[in-house]
Amino acid sequence: MSNSLVKIRDVHFSWDGKRDIYSGVDLDIPEGKITAIMGPSGTGKTTMLRLIGGQLKPTQGSVQVSGEEIPKLNRKALYLARRRMGMLFQSGALLTDLSVFENIAFPIREHYDFSETMIRDIVLMKLELVGLRGARDLMPSELSGGMARRIALARAIVLDPLLMMYDEPFTGLDPVTLGTIVSLIKELNSALGLTSVIVSHDIGETFSIADHVCILSEGKIVAAGSPEELKNSDSAFVQQFVNGHPDGPMPFHYPADEYTQDLLKGDKS
Amino acid sequence: MNGVINFMQSTGAFIIDGLAGFGRSVTFLISVLLGLKDVILRPRLLINQIYSVGVLSFTIIFFSAIFVGMVVSLLGYTILVDLGGKEVLGLLVSLTLVRELAPVLGALLFAGRAGSALTAEIGLMKATEQLASMEMMAVDPIRRIVAPRFFAGLISLPILTVIFMAVGVYSGYLVGSEWKGVDAGSFWSQIQNKVEFRYDIINGIIKSIVFAFVVTWIAVYQGYNAMPTSEGVSRATTNSVVYSALAILGLDFVLTAVMFAS
Amino acid sequence: MNSSKKVEVLVGTLFVLAILAFIFLALNVSNLSKISSSKGFKVTAPFNNIGGLSTKAKVTMSGVTIGRVTQIAYDKQAFQAIVTMTIDPQYDYLPEDSQASIYTAGLLGEQYISLEPGAEDASLVEGSNIDLTQSAIVLEEIIGKVLVSLTTK
Repeated sequence: MSNSLVKIRDVHFSWDGKRDIYSGVDLDIPEGKITAIMGPSGTGKTTMLRLIGGQLKPTQGSVQVSGEEIPKLNRKALYLARRRMGMLFQSGALLTDLSVFENIAFPIREHYDFSETMIRDIVLMKLELVGLRGARDLMPSELSGGMARRIALARAIVLDPLLMMYDEPFTGLDPVTLGTIVSLIKELNSALGLTSVIVSHDIGETFSIADHVCILSEGKIVAAGSPEELKNSDSAFVQQFVNGHPDGPMPFHYPADEYTQDLLKGDKS
Repeated sequence: MNGVINFMQSTGAFIIDGLAGFGRSVTFLISVLLGLKDVILRPRLLINQIYSVGVLSFTIIFFSAIFVGMVVSLLGYTILVDLGGKEVLGLLVSLTLVRELAPVLGALLFAGRAGSALTAEIGLMKATEQLASMEMMAVDPIRRIVAPRFFAGLISLPILTVIFMAVGVYSGYLVGSEWKGVDAGSFWSQIQNKVEFRYDIINGIIKSIVFAFVVTWIAVYQGYNAMPTSEGVSRATTNSVVYSALAILGLDFVLTAVMFAS
Repeated sequence: MNSSKKVEVLVGTLFVLAILAFIFLALNVSNLSKISSSKGFKVTAPFNNIGGLSTKAKVTMSGVTIGRVTQIAYDKQAFQAIVTMTIDPQYDYLPEDSQASIYTAGLLGEQYISLEPGAEDASLVEGSNIDLTQSAIVLEEIIGKVLVSLTTK
């Protein structure tokens, strides 16, 4: 088992102090591998990425990235730590008033004082990796959803981060773009020696590239292992989730009164 | 009895929430003000924002000043001519414009046109996760996005107010003298005798600086704090205009009382 | 011209327009170009009734503005109003026995002081006092006088 780049221990988190999103989560993200965090809608998977990136602080517990205790860092140190992380947002989140080229150049310009030629070289190299070098002068409004996401990916890796986080990268894409993104994530991970974390609920695509999968439910990790191990798991919950059965430990029916009783009540008018 | 207790409880909670919200907006303002250093180091950001906030508001300010100046002059003339005092028309037009109408109307128009645009823009950037992605790229969105817009607003409104004053008075002159026949000489000499540079004009400009500070603060805060949904952004934009209008009118009363009525 | 150039040009234009507007206001819409310094010599004059005279009112001679009213005080010994005015330094030949009267400029116009030259050789200097004064005309007094003269025919 390789080293863990990210170590999450006994993390508790809640938005309003009443309902716990996480009640004691332990998670390891192995270095150099693709890890997937999955679970039913609303379990707070994106929140986990925010905790790793320091955008949120856990109410309890430790979040360590590369040995640094993220919640304890001051603003300056946190911003330095974030330079080694890249995040791909669900919507791409490109800056709408900048061209594609300028969007990718943005992190470079903000943090370093490189010459224009050097910036141009770096931007074009990253664009080439995602196959969109010819789109460099377009504006974000002129891009399709898939193209926008690839550009956002190029921007996220432009400073050569150690850790890449993908927030629902497969949602809402056509088959071809989907395939492109999937293979890009895999290739970048091995070519650039990244550690990747994917948050998704798309079993098919995720299982095809993930080395390690964790399933979150009700504020805890309920299952973890390689995709094969999970497919053969004897937990009814994992089986329902992995195979997409409509009913099982996660009930189909939202809690309600007994059916015939409910119908009959309407008669007494 | 229960109802009374509930009422007191909810009023108390309302007041506490209001104070907490105000406190948050003050902390926000302080971080924005600390961004002045970054804005000075990158004047290009500031210039772009002065363009979008100031230059693009010029047209509405210019034409409103013309119409307001003309109306004040026309109305003033009809009232004064009956009293045999049309010679003081110049004084009437210039004092109303310089002391009140240019700062207040200018600020209201600015809040409606530029303030709401700022709120919507920042709110939309929040809703499309652009602000969050900037944070993840280790760029502070308050320094990069909010601060340039704040200082641009602070600079633009007083500039526009001065233009409003000049254009308004001159339009009033055109209506009063060219159309209604008030002697041009007495129009201007009345003004030049009685309107004081430090007392009237500078005070009017000070009013507009106060308004600029408050209106831009409200606009950027509402945008930054908007709920990241389309309904949230629309509500933030409306709030921005409404709160700005109330603040302008309330502050105007206080400023007028302090400057001109004591 | 590319868009960033256009932005700079327009922002510059806005600033220039604002400066022009400001200069216009300073020169034409305020008293800045008038006697803005209080250079000159101070002269006092007592009045029984100053009417609506206020500070900054003009002081004229033969209609020409030669100074401004700078202060209005009350003398409780003589029960009179004491008006202090600053006369422009170039008018250093005003006879000492000149008379100061308060007139009104137009029906709604403000009141001002008009000086009529006397015959003395000595001139008004810093600290001089004008002894001959005529108070402001108060409407009620005139009506009173007219009524009296009408009823004593």
